Amino acid sequence: MGSVGTVGSVAASTLGFPILTVIVFLPLGGAILTALVPASDDGLARRVGLLAAVAEVGFVAYLLVAFKPVAGFQFVSQQPWIGSFGIAWKVGVDGISLFLVAVSALLFLVAMAGPPLRGSARAFMTWMLLLEAACIGAFLSMDLFLFFVMFEVTLVPAYFLVAGWGGPRRNYAAMKFFIYTFAGSAFFFVALLSLVFLTAPAHHGHATFDLITLTRLAGGLPHADQVLIFAGFAVGFAVKAPLVPFHSWLPDAYTEASTGGSMVLAGVMFALGGYGILRLGVFILPRGASDLAPVLLTLAVVGITYGAVVTIMQRDLKRLVAYSAIVSVAFVVLGEFAFSAQGVAGGVLQMVNESLTIGALFYMVGVVAERRGALRFSELGGIQKSAPILAAVFLAVVLSAVGLPGLNGFVSEFLVLAGTFVTHRWWAVVATTAIITGVIYFLWAYQRVFHGPARAANAAVREMSWGEIAAVAPLLAGIAFLGVYPAPLLDRLTPSVDHLLAHVQSADPAAHVPRISGGALSYSVPADQNVDSGLQTPAGAGATAAPVGAGAPAGAGSGAASSASAVPAAPSGGTR
Amino acid sequence: MDAAYAILALPLLGTAILLFGGRRTGDPASGWIATAMAVGSFVATVVVWASLLGHSAASRTVHKGLFTWIPVGSLHVSFGLQLDPLSLTWALFSSGVGSLITLYSIGYMKGDSSYGRFFFYMNLFLFSMLVLVLADSYLFSFVGWEGVGYCSYGLIGFWFERNSAAVAAKKAFVTNRIGDFGFMIALFMMFGHFHSFNYSTVLAPLASGRLTLAGATATGLALMLFLGAVGKSAQIPLYMWLPDAMEGPTPVSALIHAATMVTAGVYLVARSAPILHFSPSAQWVVASIGAATALLAATIACGQDDIKRVLAYSTISQLGYMFLGEGSGDYGAGIFHTVMHAFFKALLFLGAGAVIHALHDEQDMKKMGGLWKYLPVSSWTFLAGFLALSAIPPFDGFWSKDAILAAAWHKSPALWAVGVVTAALTAYYMSRQFVLVFGGKARWVDRAAEHGAAGHEAGGHAGGRPHEAPPVMTVPLVILAVGSTVGWLMNAPFAGLNFLERWLAPVFPARIAPSFAVATGTKWAIGTVATAFAILGLVAGLSAWRRTAERPALEPAVLAHAWYIDETVSAAASGPLARLASGVSFGVDAGLVDGLVNGVGRLAAQSGRQLRRFQTGYVRNYALGIGIGAAAILAYLATRMGG
Repeated sequence: MGSVGTVGSVAASTLGFPILTVIVFLPLGGAILTALVPASDDGLARRVGLLAAVAEVGFVAYLLVAFKPVAGFQFVSQQPWIGSFGIAWKVGVDGISLFLVAVSALLFLVAMAGPPLRGSARAFMTWMLLLEAACIGAFLSMDLFLFFVMFEVTLVPAYFLVAGWGGPRRNYAAMKFFIYTFAGSAFFFVALLSLVFLTAPAHHGHATFDLITLTRLAGGLPHADQVLIFAGFAVGFAVKAPLVPFHSWLPDAYTEASTGGSMVLAGVMFALGGYGILRLGVFILPRGASDLAPVLLTLAVVGITYGAVVTIMQRDLKRLVAYSAIVSVAFVVLGEFAFSAQGVAGGVLQMVNESLTIGALFYMVGVVAERRGALRFSELGGIQKSAPILAAVFLAVVLSAVGLPGLNGFVSEFLVLAGTFVTHRWWAVVATTAIITGVIYFLWAYQRVFHGPARAANAAVREMSWGEIAAVAPLLAGIAFLGVYPAPLLDRLTPSVDHLLAHVQSADPAAHVPRISGGALSYSVPADQNVDSGLQTPAGAGATAAPVGAGAPAGAGSGAASSASAVPAAPSGGTR
Repeated sequence: MDAAYAILALPLLGTAILLFGGRRTGDPASGWIATAMAVGSFVATVVVWASLLGHSAASRTVHKGLFTWIPVGSLHVSFGLQLDPLSLTWALFSSGVGSLITLYSIGYMKGDSSYGRFFFYMNLFLFSMLVLVLADSYLFSFVGWEGVGYCSYGLIGFWFERNSAAVAAKKAFVTNRIGDFGFMIALFMMFGHFHSFNYSTVLAPLASGRLTLAGATATGLALMLFLGAVGKSAQIPLYMWLPDAMEGPTPVSALIHAATMVTAGVYLVARSAPILHFSPSAQWVVASIGAATALLAATIACGQDDIKRVLAYSTISQLGYMFLGEGSGDYGAGIFHTVMHAFFKALLFLGAGAVIHALHDEQDMKKMGGLWKYLPVSSWTFLAGFLALSAIPPFDGFWSKDAILAAAWHKSPALWAVGVVTAALTAYYMSRQFVLVFGGKARWVDRAAEHGAAGHEAGGHAGGRPHEAPPVMTVPLVILAVGSTVGWLMNAPFAGLNFLERWLAPVFPARIAPSFAVATGTKWAIGTVATAFAILGLVAGLSAWRRTAERPALEPAVLAHAWYIDETVSAAASGPLARLASGVSFGVDAGLVDGLVNGVGRLAAQSGRQLRRFQTGYVRNYALGIGIGAAAILAYLATRMGG
């Protein structure tokens, strides 16, 4: 493993076709095309929009197949952009971003095809595709300016999606969402500029926004600067995710948005926060990250417990689902800042699962809303009697959300908690209470909607149609597949996670990184950029396989030995 | 040995068929499909058992790999099966009793509008239970563990239109999750310490002496695992969900809430014997909680009027005995009692079901009586179950309870004394139940006529005189009655008939479960005293309730209300706790946190004329500006890309 041969084979598979650029521009092109359709022909706009979303899923599927399970960025393509500022169009994908892109493409398609549309299909499709392009563009960016642009551009379609198709308080919700996240971004932007200007002297006086170069240079900054810059990043991403106490825009925005809007807001946009803090925060500024990890871990645990209490008491189904997102997102942050392979991999997987689960939840809430109009618990009840399939599908999604083993939610929840337990035991113990509180709020909600005697309009609720079942089926399939057989995903994710942790540990030897600390570490930040026909390994060499994590007893048995053999080594493609 | 895969595959196949086609197959085909799958699974289990018997005692552990589940760094979890005497014991009685109860349900559930859903859950339950016991690692067992919990939820709330059923289902799930919290912490500890969840990695070195555990680690692990067991097996303080679980159809109570699922905790503790070995304090906790639960639940059972709630509290009490045996170091005795209990408690519940069925949904024993002559098969079989549970020799319960009490005596005479008093109470409340239901005068005549056509449990039968259930229901009763009468022969403590003990011996080597000898004279004394207490209770129950159903002095409200414990907890949860949560939710979150944010916004808006325009559509323009700017940037980019 980890030979030049690996590099060659990956390079050969890309054939120089800029697939990632296509993946970013395809929805954008779709958005433009849709916008050009005459306003009178909503049917055509819908078809064009869906076609673009389907094509996007096709390209992403190809990407999934072609992706090689090694660390480092693949399919990198780079074009100079604003050269004088060191800004480039540079996109690449690694194990961490791969599945976020994949699940985003899927969820956007479902959100565009599934819920019935009111108002202008043309405008809806246009904004959705624009949002898709921006979200996926952000996941794929390897240039921080490009990332920032994408990150900010998401706000525009998101604003219009909430304000244009939402509930009665949609204008308030949209404006609050916009101002709040924009204010968070201000911190991010200032921190980003500081990073670029402070590192410029070390880069022959030229500013650069290149992710890899900045990663190399940031290590030379004074410790305090690294912490401050990281803090700025953290605020921006904490608002976006959102992490308690920056969450108060969320209940309004998620609740007031239309079904499709809620699905992508809660299912895709939140991941920009979770991904950004990992890709930009932890990767570029590992020392800042490890210094501030206790703060973020604590906020995550507060989010999990406090969020659960607040969720339990909600009186409206959609608002309850919205609040539950706070708990799920806190799990992402908890795992990421546990700095163990299981925690980080679990955190990333949690984002993927959250997309599937909360996307499906909001879709099902929409299905109920279609039929009943109201979503207050006091007006619901007993729906299972007249709509058993609707109830069964809803229950399946709820079970995924409460982390029933065999469905997707459990795998990521377990990885996050186990990964946190080995580094931060008591945080994990407190966070584990979520398995109790989760069933309280979700099963209580389910009970109040579907169980009990059916009165008035609840007694004759229309059963799910085949079309509605078909729309949610891809999400259900993902929920079941990732619960039973997440290995294909984890095998592609783990090398990148190991690599990231090796990077954290090399930057801050004091950081408690269990998987790697046990063994010999041969890791170095690359001396130079190395775009080698599509493959870029940000590090000189991966961590060599560590025998076992810290604290393993001598002679713990064959399991420890076999686990060591399962640790993949990152390829050593960088120049030194 | 490949029959091992069939053990799991058949119920899973049945689950899939009934999930997607349960509404089409309908009544009674769904029931027969489910029964066929359960019986097939049982046959496969017997085949595997027979082939294991062909191995030498030391090599009766066989692993069957399935596939890799979670590979992340040092955490590498595979799905696999471990076939050994312990797992096979549970698989045998789970699939065996499960088959009988599924068969019985064909008759019991006849006419229910959700017939297919019921059997879907029955097969899924059996699959999950078999995963739980056959898994080769704690984590894979946990998958089955949660699976049975979910099926239990689905079946308690089967008649979801009843609010009480819906609430009971949720309560069961939540309470189980409190236990699962402990199970999960134990899993994390295991990962931190052993880097594995596999029984062969975690337990085998401890059992063989290659590895020892520090006392604190062992105690922590054992207690967290036991917390899981307490939730699943309804022990103090997490027992309150089980009586409410009687909201489910009676076959569910028999299968899940008596014979199989609730014994999963007993299985977990038995499986973890090598860990418990390193923590005497944890063993004490297990034994004490078991004894205390046995006594508490038995006192409550004395004051219940609902035929199923008596049996539910009795189940809690008997599970307490099983933990008492295990905590006292005699795992064989605990498991023996588990198997015997599976026979007679399933029998009692199914018999109760036949009674409820005959009386059209009546569950109040005060409104029964005199059924002996109307329900001959049910009465005779119920009698066998009643004597077995009351530990009257030579029925099943006598032998297994005797073994537990001997172990308890060895551990501490105090534990033994609690066990003996409980034995007397057990015989008392069971004889009370028996005479209230089958003896004395009929107190139901009027009700049967007025109830007439039905409710759920009546299953479409017309009103009138109570009559015996159809053969599909009585055949399982008879088989279980035979099991309750002579089942003990699988582990008789004489003439070398202790098959079960010898079968289990490789799982509990002397190193982790030191055998102890109780002198023969002491054994006789223990057995005699316990039997004397049981007969005392029996006679007391019979003489007190034979002539009348009204003896308020013997049924103080405090017992009928289960010592008011449940009510207190519920009041706390729906009173102060709910108010606190409500305060956090609407006071702190909506008021304080959101209020601060909006306050900052208002402050900013008031601090400048320009900013005031924020609230008058300015944002929309601003957003549009960003959109246009971004579009321009992208257009510029596009031109650069083209060149």
